[in-house]
Order: sequence, then C-alpha cells, then structure tokens
Amino acid sequence: MTSFTLNGKKVTSEAEPDTPLLWVIRDEIGLTGTKFGCGIAMCGACTVHLNGKAQRSCITPVSAVEGAEVTTIEGLDPKGEHPVQKAWQELQVPQCGYCQSGQIMQAAAVLKDNPDITDADIDAQMSGNLCRCMTYTRIRAAVRQAATAMKGG
Amino acid sequence: MTRLAKSEAASFALSRRGFLVAAAGTGVAFSFLTACETGDPNAPAYEPIQWYAIDANGIVTVNIIRAEMGQHVGTSLARILADELEAKWEDVRINHVDSDPKWGLMVTGGSWSVWQTYPLYSKAGAAGRAALIEAGAKELGVDAATCSASNGEVVSGDKKISYKDLVRRGALSKTFTDDEVKDLPVKPVDQRKLIGKPVTSLDVVAKTSGTAKYGIDAKVEGMVYGYPIIPPTRNGGQVNYVIDGPAKDIKGYIQTVVLQDKSNTVPGWAVVIADSWWAAKKAADAVTLEYQPTDTMDVSEKQIQDHSRKLINDASKGVVLATGNTNTAPVFRAAKATLEAEYTTATALHFAMEPVNALALEKDGKWEIHTGNQWQSLVLPWLAAALEVPDTDIVMKTYMLGGGFGRRLNGDYAVAAALAAKAVGKPVKMVLSRESDSKFDSVRSPSVQKMRMAFDKDNNVIGMEQHVACGWPTEVMAPFFMPPGEDNKPFDPFAINGANHWYTVGAHKVRAVSNDLANKTFRPGWLRSVGPGFTNWALESFMDEAAHKLNADPVQFRLNLLRAEGANAGTAPNSVGGASRQANVVKLAAEKAGWGQPLPAGTGLGLATSFGQERDMPTWVACVARVNVDRGTGRVKVEKLTLVADAGTVVDPDGALAQMQGASLWGLSLALHEGTEFEKGNVKALNLGAYTPLRINDTPELDITFVDSSEAPVGLGEPATTVVGPAIGNAIFNAVGARLRHIPITAAAVKAAIR
Repeated sequence: MTSFTLNGKKVTSEAEPDTPLLWVIRDEIGLTGTKFGCGIAMCGACTVHLNGKAQRSCITPVSAVEGAEVTTIEGLDPKGEHPVQKAWQELQVPQCGYCQSGQIMQAAAVLKDNPDITDADIDAQMSGNLCRCMTYTRIRAAVRQAATAMKGG
Repeated sequence: MTRLAKSEAASFALSRRGFLVAAAGTGVAFSFLTACETGDPNAPAYEPIQWYAIDANGIVTVNIIRAEMGQHVGTSLARILADELEAKWEDVRINHVDSDPKWGLMVTGGSWSVWQTYPLYSKAGAAGRAALIEAGAKELGVDAATCSASNGEVVSGDKKISYKDLVRRGALSKTFTDDEVKDLPVKPVDQRKLIGKPVTSLDVVAKTSGTAKYGIDAKVEGMVYGYPIIPPTRNGGQVNYVIDGPAKDIKGYIQTVVLQDKSNTVPGWAVVIADSWWAAKKAADAVTLEYQPTDTMDVSEKQIQDHSRKLINDASKGVVLATGNTNTAPVFRAAKATLEAEYTTATALHFAMEPVNALALEKDGKWEIHTGNQWQSLVLPWLAAALEVPDTDIVMKTYMLGGGFGRRLNGDYAVAAALAAKAVGKPVKMVLSRESDSKFDSVRSPSVQKMRMAFDKDNNVIGMEQHVACGWPTEVMAPFFMPPGEDNKPFDPFAINGANHWYTVGAHKVRAVSNDLANKTFRPGWLRSVGPGFTNWALESFMDEAAHKLNADPVQFRLNLLRAEGANAGTAPNSVGGASRQANVVKLAAEKAGWGQPLPAGTGLGLATSFGQERDMPTWVACVARVNVDRGTGRVKVEKLTLVADAGTVVDPDGALAQMQGASLWGLSLALHEGTEFEKGNVKALNLGAYTPLRINDTPELDITFVDSSEAPVGLGEPATTVVGPAIGNAIFNAVGARLRHIPITAAAVKAAIR
C-alpha cells in the first residue's frame, strides 16, 4: 500500500510496490490524461509533477512516491486554464494530442523554475518530449507565449 | 468565371423548382401553427440526411466517419457542411460515429478526407438550408422566394425564425438521400462564411486538459488486461508449447492464451492475461514460448534489397503503368546521352505515440471492439473470420487516435484483442508495449529504385524510366483496391504513385515491382505519404542529377519540363491547370528562399517538388531546404525549410498550416533521423534510443505559404512529406558536392560522399 497526494487529494494505492506510477494513475485511480508512450522515460508522454518537478511516471515505482505530492494534467489548474494550457489552446498546438499532456506538464515545470526562458533553453529542456505529429514549432511559440503570460506580460 | 456563375444560377433555379415540387405537402400537417408559437422544447431532432441533425435547441450535430488523428478532421468537415447550411458555428458539434454499414466505406487515409467529403457535405448542407427556408417561409407566412438563411435563421425582410424554433414546431420533415442531393447547387465562393476562415478546432480543449479519450483510455466493468507475446516473425508463427510456471508467482496473473486465429491475422500469438497491465507484462517476462521455425526467420534488410534489385533486372516482373508512350527502349537506344542511378530507402517505423491497443468484449451475442482505427471497413471482415461471426454482429467503437500515420489503417491488433476476449470469456483490454508495437508494426518497406533518363543531341529530355521495387501493402491487405496497369495486371498504387509525374519527358516508363520476399517477411504498411514518400525521393534527386549533368539550373530545368500540355494539361475539377500549377509553386518557393543568391561556404539550397499523393488529386508542393554541412564530420544541419503549396480551396487555414508543418517535419525526420533494418526476420530498432525521430532541438525554421485558390480542395496530410528529403539531398549536393542516394542520410554517408 502506498499513500500519496494526487492533485491535492490523499489517495492510497493497493498496487504492487514496483508498479510504475503511470499505471496506478491511469488504471487504478482512473485519470487517463497521463499517457503511456515508450515505457523507458524517453518520450515524455507520461510526465507528471512530483513535488513540483517534472517526472517520468512510467519508470517511477509507486513505492517511491509514498507521502509525495503528485500532480497530473487533470490537476494542473482547477479550470484547465493554466497559462501553458491557455497558450497551447490559443496557438492550437495539438494535432493528435496524445503527447500534449506530457508536453504541457514539462513546460509548466520548466517555466516555474526558469521564467526567463530563452529559445535555446526551450530546445534543451523540451527535447526529452517526443511529438510524433511534430508540432515543435508551435510548442516553441506556445512556451514563449506562456512565459510572457506567467510574468504578467 | 462569368460563364460558370451563369450556369450555376440556371441549375439552381431548375433544381430548386424540382425540390419545391418534391417538398409540397410535407408541411401541411403543421400549417395551423402560427409564427408566435414557440413549439415543443422536447421535439425530436430534424435529420435531413444521415450526415447531420438539428435538435430542439438548435444544436447541429455533424456525423463524422473519418478518424481523428491530429488533423482536426471533424472541424474541417463540419465547417464545409455548416457553411452551406448557414448554421451558427457556435451551435455546431461533431460526432465521431461507430462503425455501421449505413456509413458506407469507412477509411481515413490518403489525404482524402476533405477532397472526398467536400462535394457530399456541401450538398447535404445546401439541401438542409433549402428545406429550412421552405419551412421557414411557411411559418412566417411569406413566399419562399423572399427568404434567405443566415446564422441559424430563416429571414424574410424584417421577419425571421430560428432553426431551433422550426425544429420545436415540428415544421421540418423533408429528408434526402445522398443521391437526391448530388445535383444540388452550392453557394458561390464569395458567399462562403466559414470555409477558408480562421477557426478554433473543436478538439483542442480536450487535448490540452487530459480529457480527450483515445483507444488506450477505453474501459468497461469486469475487464482483464492482455499483454501479447509477439512471435519472432510476422507470418507463419506457430507455438509448440508454453511454460508459464514461473508466471504463476506473479500476483494478478491469470493465464496465458495461445490465440487460435482462423483469419490468420496474428499467427503464433500468445496473450498473457492478468488483473493489471503491469502484472501481465511481468508475467509475460516469466513465460517461455517455443515456436516452430519459419522460413523468414533469418531474413535481413540486405536480402530484401538484393531481391528487389534482382526483380527489377528481370523484365518479366512488375507492372508498367499506363503513362502514354511507355516504349522507352528505342528512345534509349537512339539517345545521344543517358543517365542512370539507383536510389534506396531503409525500413521505417510508424512509431505512433500511442502503442496499438484494443478492448474487445461480447455482449448479448454482439461484439464490441473499442479502439482507434483508420479503416474499419478493412478490419471488420478479418474480425468476422477470426471470431466466426457475421460482421454485422461486430461494432467498432470509435476513439481518438494517438497518431495514425497509416499504421491504424491496418487494424490487425484488434483481431488479437478479440480472440483473447473470446478465449477467456471476459472483456480483454490489450495494450502493446512499445517494443511489441515496433515488432508488430506494418513498416514502410525498404525500397530500391532504378532511374534512367535519355537526352538528344540538344540536351532535351526524350525518355525516362523509373523502376520501383518494394513490399506492397495493398497487395497483402487489400488487393481489391489495386487498379490495373498495362496488360490489365493489377498494381499497388501506394507503392508507385509519385513516379507517374507531371514532367513532360517524352517516352515514359513507370514500373512497379512487388517484392515477394518483403511481402512474406513482414506485413508492408501504408506510412504517411506512402509511395511518393520514396518515389519522390528518387525522382526529385534524379531530376537534380540530370540538371547538373546538363549544367542547367535545377529550378529552370524543372520549369522547362513542367508544361501544361498533353497528358499534363490537367482536367476539371481536380487538376485544373495541370503542370503549370506545379511550375508556379516551384517558382514561388525558389523566389521566397532566395534561390541563386550567394551563400556561406558549406551552406546550400536544394529544391524539390511534388504533385502530392496521386494524379487524380494533385496537391502541388515545392520545398527549398537550406542546409549547412560540416565537411569534417558529414553532419547536416537543416537551417530552414521554405514550402509553397497549392491545395485549391483551403477549408481550415490553421489546420492546413498544421498539416504542412507536421508533414514537412515528417519528411525531415525520415530523411535524416529515422530508419531501421530487418535482422533475423524482424526490425532491429524497437524503442527510442535505437529509433530516433526528430525532436524539437533539431527542428528548423519553417516558412510555409499557400497559393490563394478557389479550385477544388485537395489533401494536405501527406504531400509536404515527400519534398523535404530530396530537397535536403539536393541542398547537400549544392553545399559540398556530395550526392546522397539512400535515406536516411547519415553523417557517415555524407562524409564518404564528399569528394
């Protein structure tokens, strides 16, 4: 049994301790916004926030989040209107959309730590998130737009 | 244009009269209603035709039979219909339907959706508008000739009534079949209100909030999880025995099922069943299977490619396309000079972000298959054969696709889930691991192409040949889809399209050759941009080689051959203007990219062009790539891609731009970053690390322009994919003089080719 906070609520998982957090969130708790892509932390589709930092949930055993605060795309903002989500909507970033929960969670974490993000930073810090529809030029623009919005610009 | 407008007006008057006659009497029962009555808020929805309905709140729900896989297809198609219907866009909803014979052929691919649906949906919308105007006139007590429709209302002078109120009053009953609407007139271009205007796609909020539902998100009460164990080779698999003793120690493990598949879709498959996906995966790692050897278990990429070469050199093999004068032999014999080259492409994976998956269950004798799929009509007969039930007892429930790219045209994965569910008597949700998804992919076949060109004494092009050998997806999976070539022999258009180009080259032989070793070793797939993804690589690289051989400018060389004459003149409605429109995009792209201006050392521009996916539906595209090549390492950096497209009418401008962005970067990824090879009967690269699609840090600047046009709308999901590879290859040549003839282009190959 593992207890942790998910999107502000206490939850308890009955899953085996080695079960990746991803499957606990998706199949046991039933929040399916976090996606399975590669299973080896190289595509970023499963990105969540663990104590505020971007984390690949597909390789994080549930036992490792005992007592931790986990946030998924569903909990990023109560109305789904986080500045990153707004920018993603305004620039119509998603195509198939499957990777975008992970992209948004990565971008939100990156911008929190680095509000004055440069284009080179965006390329470096978003390069772990694969987008097979290749929405990369819009992701760049949306991260810049969200950065401006978060600074009150 | 004036003449066209007149004839449209005439046909409008005629068919409108015909329509009024047909509609007479339908409104009589409700004629006692007066305009001030508000009607019944629970009145049934009005469905003028099966493609949409208007409910008592005025909500217009448009049925979409195409799969949503990133192209915002529902938004584009609903815009077409709503424009003609004069609906209020805020009231429009999209409904991605489940499979049903009434929808006809359900397939999403080929960049066909807008092109195929446009005539039907515009006319379906126009039919509803006419019926609403007729009913509105009656309700308002005015002559229909004084009425028009706009923004969800029928208006006559200062009187008006909303579509919502017409539904509430039960004032509408006229219905139409597809046949009955096909001759209806549509609005003149200048009266369009939605088509071509900016719009926010209806699926974007769900895709940014984690609420969009993909196949992998499907669930039902009482389901168990399935994790397949994929046999070593795609075909011929047979399990000798299963040892699952160690798996029994895994908590949650239930059983391992060896699938009995009468459809022969998933031979040699076993599915490990457990109460969670993770338990099934762990148990699968603990299960041992022993297989019968198969005759493709040692096949390598080199064997497949060598087999292609052998087949190309055997004149008795293959199908020659009917491209006019195909008798090239005497032309080559008489030529003053000739040019010949071989081009190859490596095996490529789809690698959609969502691994293939399906949830299958039987309920009251009917089967439900919950999965994302691009070609329901293709997989239903396979499911029927596997489950041994009529296909009318199976329904495909529709979900969004976490990437299609052609992988989900082949619904083979659904068969495995269905058989597993049948075997265990419970709903089974089967999700492939990434590695299994790669092993089981319907890859883009490796290809070999032989290119030849003949010139006369004045350096005119007088003959050309393109021989293309590879695995044929359509032969393996949908032979009924193969058209005949010369001698009436069927060929796979998705393995040769692109070679039948719009250049005037004199005698022209285009020969498609099916590689039977490839077809046996794997199930060849349709991968985004299909045939032109490799035929245009060879064609456009070779056109550059020809230009350089003649010391001609590659842009001018192409323009000289892109003449709208003879077979390349174009025909209405889809290819009006013919080769002149391709010449136009070539000129525009070259101008925009600064063709001919001086560049730093090691930097070059390269141009390539394409007519898109097929001659019947040309999307004219040109691309200029600007690359920098490091002579020391051979590393290629793509600095900028400049693209110009003429796709006729653009329905959804931002969606169209998104498709061009994604497609062009796919082309870049396939050219420089992706590719694997067959080794011991299956693909070598199974996950990221070994397979390395383009990421954000290698993404260049994109400059994309559409030609303003009101011609028939054509497809945009794929055409840009096909120009980027050859544009990069040609740019590398212009930068450092290295001619690359294989994709993916590696730094090592560039370094070796630098002279």
